[in-house]
Amino acid sequence: MLADILAVLPETALALMGMVVLILGLAKVRNHLAVAVLTLGSLLLAGVLLSHVGRAVDPGEHFMFGMFVLDRFAIYFKALLLACSFLTVLLSIDYLMRHDARPGEYLALVMLATVGMMTMASGVHLAAIYVGLELMALSTYVLAGYFRRQVKSHEAAAKYFVLGALSSGILLYGLSLLYGATGTLELQAIAGRLAQGPPSAAALAGIGLLACGFLFKVAAVPFHMWTPDVYEGAPTPITTFMSVGPKAAAFAIFLRVFDGGLAPVAESWRPLVWGAAALTMVWGNIAALTQDNVKRMLAYSSIAHAGYALVGLVAGGDAGVQSVLLYMLVYTVTNVGAFGLVILLESRGYAGQTVQDFAGLARKQPVAAFGMLLFLLSLGGIPPTAGFMGKLYVFAAAIRSGYVWLVVIAVLMSAVSLYYYLRIVLQMYLRDGEGVEPAPMVSAVWTERALWACAVAVLLIGLWPGPFAAAAAAGLGIMPLP
Amino acid sequence: MDWIVAHFAELVFFYLAAIAVVGAGCVVIFRSPINAALALLCTFLAIAGIFVLAHAELLAAVQVLVYAGGIMVLFLFAIMLVNVRALPQQPQFMRRLVPAAAVAGLLLAGLLVVAMWRVGQGPLADPATLTTAEGALVGNTQAVAWSLFMQYLLPFEVVSIVLLVAIIGAIVLGRKETAEEGA
Repeated sequence: MLADILAVLPETALALMGMVVLILGLAKVRNHLAVAVLTLGSLLLAGVLLSHVGRAVDPGEHFMFGMFVLDRFAIYFKALLLACSFLTVLLSIDYLMRHDARPGEYLALVMLATVGMMTMASGVHLAAIYVGLELMALSTYVLAGYFRRQVKSHEAAAKYFVLGALSSGILLYGLSLLYGATGTLELQAIAGRLAQGPPSAAALAGIGLLACGFLFKVAAVPFHMWTPDVYEGAPTPITTFMSVGPKAAAFAIFLRVFDGGLAPVAESWRPLVWGAAALTMVWGNIAALTQDNVKRMLAYSSIAHAGYALVGLVAGGDAGVQSVLLYMLVYTVTNVGAFGLVILLESRGYAGQTVQDFAGLARKQPVAAFGMLLFLLSLGGIPPTAGFMGKLYVFAAAIRSGYVWLVVIAVLMSAVSLYYYLRIVLQMYLRDGEGVEPAPMVSAVWTERALWACAVAVLLIGLWPGPFAAAAAAGLGIMPLP
Repeated sequence: MDWIVAHFAELVFFYLAAIAVVGAGCVVIFRSPINAALALLCTFLAIAGIFVLAHAELLAAVQVLVYAGGIMVLFLFAIMLVNVRALPQQPQFMRRLVPAAAVAGLLLAGLLVVAMWRVGQGPLADPATLTTAEGALVGNTQAVAWSLFMQYLLPFEVVSIVLLVAIIGAIVLGRKETAEEGA
């Protein structure tokens, strides 16, 4: 019993601190910075607890009556998710102050969403996974509509809520069919039941619906329609959060359920995910070509990146899982950096959101322009940045598993993606001396700190990927063997 | 007299079932929303009674508390906010949905027939699980509690946070905005 309590200690601590932050917000503490620093401290505390607890408990054991594991896969994802939330809070501090918004509920919702995502990363029982997913999703819907004066923020929240609820319904229907076919919700037991023989029609239908639900959550084509509008309308720090945190958490359960519990019937779902990965890479990149709004462009780019990560998931096996884990880390630091620079340029209203707002940035703000260059190169997958290493591991894993055609599509589409990433670089460096002015930059010390951290991480992973790849490899072992 | 004693449970069931069906029909037929809401309340209470007959005491209590209590109050709140007196005179826009409703009803009836047929083949689940926990015979409420607070403790706790988030969300999105905020 003590081990059970120990295993969920990081989540418990974070949830309790979330409520403390909520109460501080209600108590009309007008010092935004103090509340935000407390949030950052709580996320750090959860990280420290996680590292201690992770060492103390048996990685193969199931806790909370078969609901929860704390294997290295879970620990890796939880550390990554905590980092996502930490960076999000850093990006949000200046944004909240600039818009004079109430910090209490906002920061508490970020923390509670993190609790949900961490539950997803550890869940080995479909009920635990589903409630974690709902906790994450519900918090994110509210955050998307947090700035009520902005009509677009409203629209984003409403669209996200309706479509998210629809996808949850599809997911639940899939879960119930799978439960009906196998008689259990525990992933390990499901794997055992499915290994006994060819899957029934009900199980196949359940798996198909489950795949649709998960593809929706990771924003893969053809379930991506909500992404551009929601990413554009939501407050930019929350867009950043949505594009990294919930996406990484969704990949965690996608990997655990499909490459774990449903591995015995991999041949039945692999073509489906193969097709979705190919479509996602092609459509995400092609649609991004024509976007003038940087937030929309980055939204399509994040769709495309989900496609690359799906390639690793299709590849499966130890190498495939490792590549997805590494890719999520690379994508997180890169995407937070790129969105962070958009936030810096977004002084008031919607300024700083079009590609033209970057014109001549290199002359006015050379450091910021160089940072954006770094993040865009990393998104495009150019060495020596992290993006190159992430793609390298994914493509290598896919080729080793024999998915050469998928890799061909991925490489071609990466080349296409360079066009729209370099469009911004072109504006920053070459549209100079033509009388154009970049959007004025806001002073935001905390956002800058987050950006420095991301830039260092992008270069570090790109130049010295060994330890990071080793950490991702340690995240293997989706299903603890009986 | 003996016949009545022997079939007492069945008689009560048919009585409650009749109330439930008639109440549900009235919800559709009544034009005044207040009357429809009260008819719905009758249906909820009758179904709670049927749960008691099926030895699902906890479900009966939950039915009364959540449906007859909470959801009913929600309905009445919604009715309070619209102009009730004018409603019965207004045209019914839903009339054109009658074919859709008929199809949905037929599908549901088909599902019921299949379910009844399947039950005739043998029980779907062991009814003893309703009243056993850890191998001992206990009440239905206790059996549910064992399952809820042992095996499903983690989802239960997470769901409680989900509800908290829902409350926060409703307040955040619904609060009156002040002039200086969130520009």
